[in-house]
Amino acid sequence: MLVTVKLFATFRTGRFDVAQQEHPAGTTVGGIVDALGIPRSEIGILMVSGRHVDLELQPAPGDTISIFPLVGGG
Amino acid sequence: MDTILRIDMSAAGGPKATTEPVGKYAGLGGRGMTSMIVADEVDPLCHPLSAANKLVFAPGLLAGTAASTSGRISVGCKSPLTGGIKEANAGGQAGQALGRLGYAAIIIEGQPPGDDLWKIIINKDGVSFHVDNSCRGLGNYDTVERLSKIHGEKVAYMTIGQAGEMKLLASSIACTDRELHPTRHMGRGGVGAVMGAKKIKAIVVDEAGTTAPQAKDAAAFKVAAKSFVEGLKRHAVTGQGLPAFGTNVLTNVLNEAGAYPTFNFKEGRFEGASKLSGETLAQLETDRGGLATHGCQRGCTIQCSGIFHGKDNKYVTKQPEYETVWSHGGNCGIDDLDVVAELDRMDDDYGLDTIEMGVTIGVAMEAGVIQFGDGQGAIRLLQEVGRGTPLGRVLGSGAGVTGKVFGVERVPVVKNQALPAYDPRAVQGIGVTYATTPMGADHTAGYAIATNILKVGGFVDPLKPEGQVDLSRNLQIATAAVDSTGLCLFIAFPILDQPDTFQNLLDLLNAHYGLKLTGDDVVALGKKVLSAERSFNAHAGFTAVHDRLPRFFEQQPVAPHQATFTVTHKELDSVFNW
Repeated sequence: MLVTVKLFATFRTGRFDVAQQEHPAGTTVGGIVDALGIPRSEIGILMVSGRHVDLELQPAPGDTISIFPLVGGG
Repeated sequence: MDTILRIDMSAAGGPKATTEPVGKYAGLGGRGMTSMIVADEVDPLCHPLSAANKLVFAPGLLAGTAASTSGRISVGCKSPLTGGIKEANAGGQAGQALGRLGYAAIIIEGQPPGDDLWKIIINKDGVSFHVDNSCRGLGNYDTVERLSKIHGEKVAYMTIGQAGEMKLLASSIACTDRELHPTRHMGRGGVGAVMGAKKIKAIVVDEAGTTAPQAKDAAAFKVAAKSFVEGLKRHAVTGQGLPAFGTNVLTNVLNEAGAYPTFNFKEGRFEGASKLSGETLAQLETDRGGLATHGCQRGCTIQCSGIFHGKDNKYVTKQPEYETVWSHGGNCGIDDLDVVAELDRMDDDYGLDTIEMGVTIGVAMEAGVIQFGDGQGAIRLLQEVGRGTPLGRVLGSGAGVTGKVFGVERVPVVKNQALPAYDPRAVQGIGVTYATTPMGADHTAGYAIATNILKVGGFVDPLKPEGQVDLSRNLQIATAAVDSTGLCLFIAFPILDQPDTFQNLLDLLNAHYGLKLTGDDVVALGKKVLSAERSFNAHAGFTAVHDRLPRFFEQQPVAPHQATFTVTHKELDSVFNW
């Protein structure tokens, strides 16, 4: 399945801002994170199509996965 | 920090200063101090621009000490914008300087006769008052430059620009940073107009010849201060995200979440968001020889600020904050950081609240005064405010007034104060805070974004009404308490996640003052401050119907989630039932 992966803040360093990626059907968000070499402990926010999700979620073809470290501001 | 300085601007023969012991206000700093004094001493029915209103400044409880991030300064009064109690706070150098001078609060009351503008100088020898019309009509930048030729560069300046002199409802009070730029503003609620009504153009705070306040238990203080810094550095938000990208790291987060108010709260995502993001801003600052990491005050470990240079690689303004980049950027359909930086500079110079002004221009765009996305048009509108033209005075009176003058339905205000940078339909918890805080729409009063969006301090689904009242209530209590220490609110991120850092904060306060505060005392303090603020507002005429969002948030769905605000009025009325 083809998904869009967006990385933010420090996760972009040495990787990319946004990329189209092909993953086998049934791949979890956690699997996509692992493939990027991002330690799961550093994940702050995970969203699929604008909604917060867990690492176990299996995205559907065409979904956008947004991956942030722990950030804050205001 | 055991003295209150009282200044009577009405005194016969010119302003007079007296001092009194801190008395029953001992143990309060920042918002706790300003709100308790305003609630005790100001007639809730007074006109905010009359002699009966008071302007109360208060540094934090640890101001001037070696405790990191302890130099915020608060100002309180009856707000000319909301008609209720107001506290606004800022970074910069003034808080630390007042702490070293030993003042727990400055209460400015009365109003001088005549049209002269006054300059107040506070130093180790006391207070002096000077008629000084030389800065009349000048912006904050020119005012500080002129004053610094007389008083030097090692003092802190608190000034008002043209907006405060004109007593505009969106006017702020500027504090200088370490570089003497007047970029740190007590922004919200028209506090600059109250200073202008008291004919005070500038307050010069000179700490020369003072020493840092000494802790009752110096050894324990030193240990706690070290651990506190380690806690701030250990947490990803205060140790990595904020220093690297500043508050504007939130642009992409809120845009991805579909909660980024766009085109005057019409939509929840902005196509140009990536051009405005903290990642883009930090890179631009570095490329142009500015700074992506910078402290607004001495002794802050977090360093969330920055320095923005223009295309000519010369200083324009400090790193615009997330709220400003949103209000003047996405909210107005503008995706150009140079335009946003110019507007930020102008707001700082005229002395205007950037949230109120960005939202106001968005309302004017909705009315068709200029088109969404018209950056040069936005600059022209803001210039009108600085010049005090009739249109400028309307705009400088904020989003509520502007919406009425131009017949706009979608006016995002609560208690006449503009909503900040989070759509309450897509982040329902912050909607509860906007609706119910005594301050008028204010994200900082109970920052539900932390738990709804950022997953700090747990997680409550932002799109559902369940759990939002409890979340906002607990955050409003905790925030009122943190605000009463006068430390920067950003310490809340590590404190919410790291119990040992919260304990370090208590240890700092206990070691400095010889107290035995516990977490329960902190909760009690937050409730006490909120109750006093609510009581002031009730006597000023506020009722439950003022604790509501504008109706369109309940009726007009916002994309991409097609969400409306669904927390019921009955639930909103239960926020303060403790």
